[in-house]
Parts: sequence; C-alpha cells; structure tokens
Amino acid sequence: MSIIIDQGKCIGCGRCHDVCPGTLIKINENKKAFIKYPKDCWGCTSCIKECPVHAIRFFLGEDIGGKGCKVHTEKVKGEKNDIVRWFFELNDGSVKTIDIDPKESNKY
Amino acid sequence: MKIERLKTDLLIIGGGTAGCYAAITAASNAAENKGAGLKILVVEKANIKRSGCLAAGVNALNAYITEGRTPKDYVEYAKKDADGIVREDLLYSISEKFNEVTAHLEKLGLVILKDKDGKYVTRGNRNIKINGENIKPILADAVKKLPNVTVLNHVNIFDFSVHDNRIDGAFGFGIENDTFYAIEAGAVIIATGGAAGLYRPNNPGFSRHKMWYPPFNTGAGYAMGIRHGAEMTTFEMRFIALRCKDTIAPTGTLAQGVGAKQVNALGEVYETKYGISTSERVYGTVAENLEGRGPCYLRTVGITPEQEESLLKAYLNMAPSQTIRWIENGTPSKANVEIEGTEPYIVGGHTASGYWVDTKRATTIEGLYAAGDVVGGAPQKYVTGALAEGEIAAKSAVEYIESLSALQQAQGPDISSVNLLEKISEEEVTEHVAEIEKFLGKRINNTFEKARDEGGDTVEHLEEEMQAAMDAYAGGIKTGYRYSENQLAIARKEIEKIEARVGDLHAADLQEVMYIYELKERLTVCKSVIAHLAARHETRWHSFAENTDYPEKDNERFRKYVNSRLENGQIKIILRELTAEGQRNYEHHH
Ligand SMILES: Cc1cc2nc3c(=O)[nH]c(=O)nc-3n(C[C@H](O)[C@H](O)[C@H](O)COP(=O)(O)OP(=O)(O)OC[C@H]3O[C@@H](n4cnc5c(N)ncnc54)[C@H](O)[C@@H]3O)c2cc1C
Ligand code: SF4
Ligand code: SF4
Repeated sequence: MSIIIDQGKCIGCGRCHDVCPGTLIKINENKKAFIKYPKDCWGCTSCIKECPVHAIRFFLGEDIGGKGCKVHTEKVKGEKNDIVRWFFELNDGSVKTIDIDPKESNKY
Repeated sequence: MKIERLKTDLLIIGGGTAGCYAAITAASNAAENKGAGLKILVVEKANIKRSGCLAAGVNALNAYITEGRTPKDYVEYAKKDADGIVREDLLYSISEKFNEVTAHLEKLGLVILKDKDGKYVTRGNRNIKINGENIKPILADAVKKLPNVTVLNHVNIFDFSVHDNRIDGAFGFGIENDTFYAIEAGAVIIATGGAAGLYRPNNPGFSRHKMWYPPFNTGAGYAMGIRHGAEMTTFEMRFIALRCKDTIAPTGTLAQGVGAKQVNALGEVYETKYGISTSERVYGTVAENLEGRGPCYLRTVGITPEQEESLLKAYLNMAPSQTIRWIENGTPSKANVEIEGTEPYIVGGHTASGYWVDTKRATTIEGLYAAGDVVGGAPQKYVTGALAEGEIAAKSAVEYIESLSALQQAQGPDISSVNLLEKISEEEVTEHVAEIEKFLGKRINNTFEKARDEGGDTVEHLEEEMQAAMDAYAGGIKTGYRYSENQLAIARKEIEKIEARVGDLHAADLQEVMYIYELKERLTVCKSVIAHLAARHETRWHSFAENTDYPEKDNERFRKYVNSRLENGQIKIILRELTAEGQRNYEHHH
C-alpha cells in the first residue's frame, strides 16, 4: 500500500507535502513532488484529496491482496455544494466512481 | 544545524485532537481573562492540518451522552468494559463534557446527522453519526485563526527540560529546516498520542504501515515522561483492535451500522459465547481460530444494495482502503468480511495506559499537564474525550501559569511567566545538539543507504528486531497475545540488547535523526510495557493482558492500578488502590 505521483502532471504546489501526517513526500529541485519513504505510507489518502491537478494515485499493494486498482479524487460541482468524486481505475481498464457529499453525514 | 531559542507561556507538544483543542481553550480563556497577553506555542512533528489519529477522518463520535442517558451511565459502561481498572474521577470529568465539545465542533463546521426535529441521530447508546472526513482540517483552521497561538509544524520534540521535578521547556528539531530548538515555557501540555509499531504488525512487508493506529505516533510523550521519572499507569492493558483483515479498517461501522454479527467459518455466531467487552470480542476471535473454527467474519452477506452503498461511502470517509478492497475483490453483500486482531498498541484513549494524572490532568512532574491518548486511567475516551481532556488540561495549565506570574509580579515588573523559571542552560543546549550531531556526523561518508548496503545496523533493521522480540516474547500476534514470565524475561533482554546498538546508527538528515529518536522512544515504552505485563499476576482482560502463568483473575491482589516510575534507571512498580465509587476528585500526594 502506498501512493504514486505522476510528475508530468505535478505543478509543485507542495500541498501534498504539507498534509502528509508522516512528512513522507518531498519536493525536488525541479519543483516536482516525490514520495521519499513509500513503505512508510499509512494510507490516509490526505495527499490525494489535496492535489489540485489529481497527480497522485493510491493503491493497496499485493501483500495485502491489492489487485492494481488506482484511486484518486476530484472535486465536482454538485447541486448545492462541491462534492468529492472518488475514481477507482481498475486493472481491466474500467473506471468506477463514488460521489461523496461533504455536507452529508454517514448513514452508519 | 542552526540553533534557535524560543520562549512561550504555554507550550503544547503535539497538535493533534487534544493539542489543538487545548490551544483553542487556552486562547479563548486568555481572551476572556486578564491573561490576554498569554503566549501559546503548538509544536507538531507533522503539520496540524492532517496530523495524528484524525488524518483520514473518523466515522462517528464514539462518546456522547445520548438522550435519556447520563454521564454516570458512560462511566459505568467504561468501568465494566475495563473490569474495574479505571479512574472514575477522570471518566466523570470527560463524560460531563462530551456534549459540550460536540456542540463546539458542530459550530466549527463538523457535519452531524440530525432527524426531522433537529436532534442528533444516534448509533447505539453512545455514538452519534457524523461526516468526519474533514474533522482535523476543521480543528486546525480554528487554531490557525487564534491571534496568540503560534504553530511550529515539522518540528519533532525529543526531550523535556526538567529541573527538580519541574518542567521548564523542551528540546526539538525541525525535520526539514536543519534547526535545533530549545523552548522555554511556563507550563507544558503533552498531547503526543499513543504508541504504534512496538509489536510486529499484521502486514510486516511493503504495507507495514497499514496499521490501525497512526505509525507516526511513536510514544514520544510516554518515553519522555518515563525518562524524567513521571509516574505511569496501566501499560499492561494493551489495546488490540478487531479489524477487517488486510486493510485493518474499523469494524464498528459494520457491527453497529448494519448489525453484522461475528461468525466463525462454520457460520456460527460466537460473540455471545465469550462475552461482548472489547477484549472479549478479540479473545473470542483468537479462540475460535485456535480451536480450528477460523477464520472469522462479520456476517454481511444479504445486506440490501442501499446498505451496501452507504457502507462503501462511510468507509471512504474514514478508512478508504476497505472500500477499495470491496471494489477490487467483491462487495460485502456478496462475501462476509474477514476479521482479525491487530498487533497490540498502547493507547490511553481506548484502553487505560499512560500518564498518571490528577483530576486536573497534572502529571507527577510539576508544570506538565497531559491530554488525550497519552493519558492513562480513562479508557473509551475517543475523539470527544480527547477534546474534553485538552480543555481540562489547558484550563489547569493556564491557572498554573497565572499563579507563576502572580508570584512574578510580586517580585518585579516583567509579567512573562517564563522568566521565573530556571532557564535552559547553554550546557544543556550543547549537550542535546551534540547528541544529534553524533548521528549526523557520519552523514558525510556513511549515509543511511550506505550503512544499509554495507550490512550495518539501520533504524529499519532494529525496529524489525524489536517488533519480532515483542511479537514472540511479549504477547504479540504470534502467540495469540499470550505471554509467560519466562518469555517476558527474554523480551526484556532482547530489548536491552537492541537499545545498546542504537548509539551507532547513522542519519543523513534530521528526518532520519527523528527516525532514530522514534526507535528510542519505542524501546523505552517496550521496557515499561514488559515490566507492567510482568507485574500484573493475573489475567483480568483476555488478550489485552493474557498471562499464562496466572490465567485467572485475582481480585484480592490485583483489583488495583499497576503504576510505575523510573528510579535510578530501574522501573519501580507501584500498586495503587482504586478510586472510590463515584469519586470526583483525585490529588497527587508528592
Ligand atoms: C484510525 C482511527 C480511527 C478512529 N476512529 C474514531 C471514531 O470513529 N470515533 C471516535 O470517537 N474516535 C475514533 N478514534 C480515536 C480518536 O481519534 C483518538 O482517541 C483521538 O483522536 C486521540 O487524540 P490525541 O490528541 O491524543 O492524539 P492525536 O490526534 O493522534 O495527536 C497526537 C499528535 O502529536 C503529534 N506528535 C507525536 N509525537 C510528537 C513529537 N515527538 N513531537 C511533536 N509532535 C508529535 C502527532 O503528529 C499528532 O498530531 C480513532 C482513532 C484512529 C487511530
Ligand atoms: S496517503 Fe497519507 S501517509 Fe500516505 S503519503 Fe499520502 S498523506 Fe502521506
Ligand atoms: S499536491 Fe499535486 S501538484 Fe501539488 S506538489 Fe503534490 S503532487 Fe504536485
């Protein structure tokens, strides 16, 4: 379980670095983010939710039964307020999404 | 390395749940009272925006006094769950604040589920339903708005400054700015959370940090207190969580949300057989596995599509890995969710390990207050309990600072509480800097990576050795959480041997120096855990403290707190009598 950062997309804003509870992400001389300690990731997904250009993907890893699904979120306009759309890019090329309204409580 | 000296009235170490709320309370208290000039400094090893337990979000407020219930009901529940070993005064003081801090959180922006009449919707008897994904940014934003609070992010605190059993500051270093900090303070609140990573984790490979408790909470607060002789309590009551296999995601949402029962491989509901306390739920699962009826599951097959959708969403707001798991491997309506026990954690917000405090949250070191998972004696504290303790500790610390400055004013015109205290001397600064430089000194020709390539010790190796020793000899997953006196003696020796090798570690930069200190903290906590496990000659809580030499409960001798204090380098065990039924106040007798 860890994250991967697409440096092609990264604009070097540093927000992922700021929110990581383990300070595992660094910005290199070319102003690109990279994960310096991939095995230390806790899987909190804070960095993914923070990235303005959706450059970061989260995955589970084979050792805990992961099958290669890559996950990120995007903010989209909802009827009343912004909603968070989770994207699940599966191994077979298909993409599933789940929408979360931050103004709505969990049912459970 | 740059050296910076800072001065503040109130130093808060750890800007997590309790630390943020302590800052909010102290600042608003100061604004209302005469202490308008009170300076507050929050020092956080990560960044308060998403640090600590709340980073991914939480699913519910687990501690709330619902309609028709009273704080007394909550105290009774927590007491029963811990089989008596709780501090009633501490539990009462937080229970009476649960609803107040919840209302404050809602005002700050937390979304809480309400019914048509505007009442909070409850989950079971003690929980309310929220959208807790952004609970930490909400707290952090509130802190950032406070005029007299300064936040130092990415600064790791590694030692207290204590003279004659009175704290007057702390030492730390910036993990990204190559700076050493000596901070003088009138009072200090320690709020660094509990300790994960002591035992070999469920997934020791690539996903070693896929653990329930934050791997970045390494027991710094416990370790610093232990080394300076603070009294600690109940380290033997380890917390072992029952979690979804592999993802280590919480199970309460499945059990309480859709009423999923614990079943064994034969489909039999087994929870009623072993009891329903927190430790019995773990124990039942271990026992079913040992007796060949594993693996165990939460029975979710047959839930409705609507229930399933709500579950997938609920987990995205607190433990997204579980939702991914379902999407990749089949959803909960089609397959039951396999469960397992985690490695043991030390966490005062779930069980009762941590600082021995009085009702005001004063530790046994003068001027040092504590809040949240770092405090012992009050299990089932959770988010609202950590907030409540942050508030109590902040009020007590401010009161202490005011008493210092009253003294000060009587003596002269300067009203800063700091000047009254013994200052951190130049020698003490030099000593601490030298300790860090020693690890860094080798960075020129022998980096972390190089040491690893050459087969020398690395933090990683030593951490794994420590975890393996704790796993095998101090009741880890490997032994079904059981241990004997003989095993504990081996664990103690192994930990001491590892400790002796820490001095030779190398670090390329201050972040790696932090990793060395984290290892040292864990080793210190391990030794206390082992001493406590060995001291309780009974088995009061299955799995949490399962002593095979003493498999029965012994109320006669051990309906007591097991406390400890470091004296001349030795851990001294102190057995203390329980607080009386309904007791509201406890004071230290120095
Ligand atoms: C995954 C998870 C889910 C949970 N879900 C729920 C839930 O649904 N409902 C509920 O009520 N409770 C829940 N809890 C419990 C609750 O979140 C905790 O009990 C509570 O947040 C603890 O607060 P704390 O301030 O003691 O610790 P934290 O919030 O973890 O704060 C500790 C802080 O100290 C910092 N720190 C540590 N060491 C140092 C150092 N050396 N120097 C400087 N800073 C340092 C850390 O980075 C961190 O920011 C959950 C806990 C976890 C781990
Ligand atoms: S998922 Fe969390 S722990 Fe992992 S890199 Fe991102 S912010 Fe850090
Ligand atoms: S948040 Fe995204 S864009 Fe900003 S530094 Fe990180 S990866 Fe790059």
